[in-house]
Amino acid sequence: MPAVKETIEDVKQLESDKYKYGFTTEIEQEFAPKGLNEDTVRFISAKKNEPEWMLEWRLDAFRRWQQMEEPNWAKVGYPPIDYQDAYYYAAPKNAAKYKSLDEVPKELLETYEKLGIPLREAEVLLGVEGAAETAAAARETPKVAVDAVFDSVSVATTFKKELEKAGVIFMSISEALQEHPELIRKYLGSVVPVSDNFFATLNAAVFSDGSFVYVPKGVRCPMELSTYFRMNAQGTGQFERTLIIADEGAYVSYLEGCTAPMRDENQLHAAVVELVAMDDAEIKYSTVQNWWPGDADGKGGVYNFVTKRADCRGRNSKVSWTQVETGSAITWKYPSCILRGDGSQGEFYSIAVSNGRQQADTGTKMIHLGKNTRSRIIAKGIAAGRSDQTYRGLVSIHAKADGARNFTQCDSLLIGDQCGAHTVPYIEAKNPRATLEHEATTSKLSDDQLFYARQRGLDEEAAVALLVNGFCRDVLQELPMEFAVEAQKLLAVSLEGSVG
Amino acid sequence: MLKITDLRARLDAEDDAAIEILKGVNLDIPAGEVHAIMGPNGCGKSTLSYVAAGHDGYEVTGGSIAFEGEDITEAEPEERAAKGLFLSFQYPVEIPGVPTLTFLKEAANAQRKARGEGPISAPEFMKLARENAAKLGISNDMLKRPVNVGFSGGEKKRMEIFQAMMLAPKLLILDETDSGLDIDALRIVADGVNAMRAPDRSMLVITHYQRLLQYLKPDVVHVMSAGRIVESGGPELAEQLEAEGYDKYATEAA
Ligand SMILES: Nc1ncnc2c1ncn2[C@@H]1O[C@H](COP(=O)(O)OP(=O)(O)O)[C@@H](O)[C@H]1O
Ligand SMILES: [Mg+2]
Repeated sequence: MPAVKETIEDVKQLESDKYKYGFTTEIEQEFAPKGLNEDTVRFISAKKNEPEWMLEWRLDAFRRWQQMEEPNWAKVGYPPIDYQDAYYYAAPKNAAKYKSLDEVPKELLETYEKLGIPLREAEVLLGVEGAAETAAAARETPKVAVDAVFDSVSVATTFKKELEKAGVIFMSISEALQEHPELIRKYLGSVVPVSDNFFATLNAAVFSDGSFVYVPKGVRCPMELSTYFRMNAQGTGQFERTLIIADEGAYVSYLEGCTAPMRDENQLHAAVVELVAMDDAEIKYSTVQNWWPGDADGKGGVYNFVTKRADCRGRNSKVSWTQVETGSAITWKYPSCILRGDGSQGEFYSIAVSNGRQQADTGTKMIHLGKNTRSRIIAKGIAAGRSDQTYRGLVSIHAKADGARNFTQCDSLLIGDQCGAHTVPYIEAKNPRATLEHEATTSKLSDDQLFYARQRGLDEEAAVALLVNGFCRDVLQELPMEFAVEAQKLLAVSLEGSVG
Repeated sequence: MLKITDLRARLDAEDDAAIEILKGVNLDIPAGEVHAIMGPNGCGKSTLSYVAAGHDGYEVTGGSIAFEGEDITEAEPEERAAKGLFLSFQYPVEIPGVPTLTFLKEAANAQRKARGEGPISAPEFMKLARENAAKLGISNDMLKRPVNVGFSGGEKKRMEIFQAMMLAPKLLILDETDSGLDIDALRIVADGVNAMRAPDRSMLVITHYQRLLQYLKPDVVHVMSAGRIVESGGPELAEQLEAEGYDKYATEAA
């Protein structure tokens, strides 16, 4: 039987136990009362000891959200979400800070272990405070600072002193609200306005925590910043909020990665990420996303509705989004760049893998406002099983964007004949002096290539992994080295169900 | 080394109407020998090489294939590869995005793992790659490029031999490795193949022309026609075929 036919058969039997990170940590939670109303918002704000203006900001968002309709234009389908049937706040008890290792709950450490978080970062977690620097100095590997988000509250922030030395602020948003309220007030919601869209507005009302980064003028952040998101409490909606600001001439690379425990209830995740790049600043934002996609019928997976946007405010500023998406039952995500500063650049490199019954609707928006702005989009989609994915891209060239340029390339790879891939590129050019290039291909995993690789000694699974990695190479090489290695493994794991 | 007995095969089609391409092939290649198969277009030479390598697009309807005394008729392609069977493809396949050396290192290690051996070290592998590339006049740049992507027909054939050298198989099947090569390239490739000759390595050389055989000096030459080996003899048979063509066999088979 030809290999691809076999593949199709096997995909049909895709099982949920393929998901290696499906487990739930038993840990005491402190919940906000179930449901969503103004009191929930007040509860969250009070829990976090927020200033009055922040509470008002949240309440304003909540009131607007009540007037909004859930969007239904994306090419995804899902049962209606009951927003009253969820918890909007959960924190590990006595969380916040650990002075010594003994104080970190054992289950928490075990969770990180099971997730395969590199030893280095686990050590950092173990090290707690002073030990982290010692550990860092002792290792030759590139340093990664971890702001570990366990459910909603940061439980470990490390490398803090070294970053402080460089003047880099890297902490949870709740901490930043206490320590740098002026920065939060200035930038929060300045890229994604409060009422931007249904999910972003909900996030503004009830966001629990997330990361805050400020890199001051002329500073090159001395290490890659990394956050591991974990969703853990059953039925807890997740509303992360990330805000990164690179001031003039600053550079920062931020890594975000996530996996989620197995569960039988759909989980809503509606994060908001805001990036601000000033003159000559550069932000690299890399994501490896592996939330639970649900069982073979798509039941129980994570709904991932995310608003990610970068504002290239300064001249010659640059933002690169690189993402590897393999998880979630439903993904709805369009990291975007507003190219406001003259000569600013936006890049979007993406790999989306869908298998089983996953639905993914992703893409990017490049909004060219300034002169000589450039954008580059490389999107690789791999669809297997009965999954369905759509690339939706918008390139918008405004009237004043003289000399703007865009290059877009979308490649889809189909494994089997029950999956689908769609490309929906929108182009709005209001300036005749703009240059736009678009390339798109769709191909099927080839029997000839599979046989060739197997003749050389690779088994079918290894051959598929190799071919898929080859297909994604342009994007993989944009990832920081260690992340690229993880991502390659993740691609192989995600497609495990698609071959014998 | 390779013993093929009354092998019958057809395309693996949904319906049973598919016609047989191999109609009872018999072939016995002892260790250390070089055998050649010559025959007109469409007589089933490539099909024989694919079926020997385990291509699942064909269905074996009768007979058997034994490798070093072991029946491999049902073995997976990668199992045959790990045992030491290498096929130099008539039409080498392009694999975009996968550098040749990455591909070969993964393949070599997969084979070693299947044989219960440890992985080859990166420096050892690189040293071997440089040596073999030099023998075939393959540049460093070519090695870094993705497998077969953007290579000319002749370059692809040269890369197939390079791959064979890197994987050091026990049985080397060359399917029209000479086609698409100019005189100089032919000599380089033939020298490379000759250098691989060893008492414990056998070769099956599929070709249309006598040219390559003049360099390789096969021990036995077989003539294939309409899915069967119809005659076997010494190297002189190749010369005779070159002079007289395949007409004689075509009428016999019809
Ligand atoms: N995949 C295929 N689809 C259709 N016909 C095929 C296929 N493979 C082989 N054949 C047919 O089988 C016969 C033998 O082909 P092949 O083995 O390639 O011959 P050779 O290599 O001797 O030129 C030819 O008639 C060819 O058309
Ligand atoms: Mg042929």
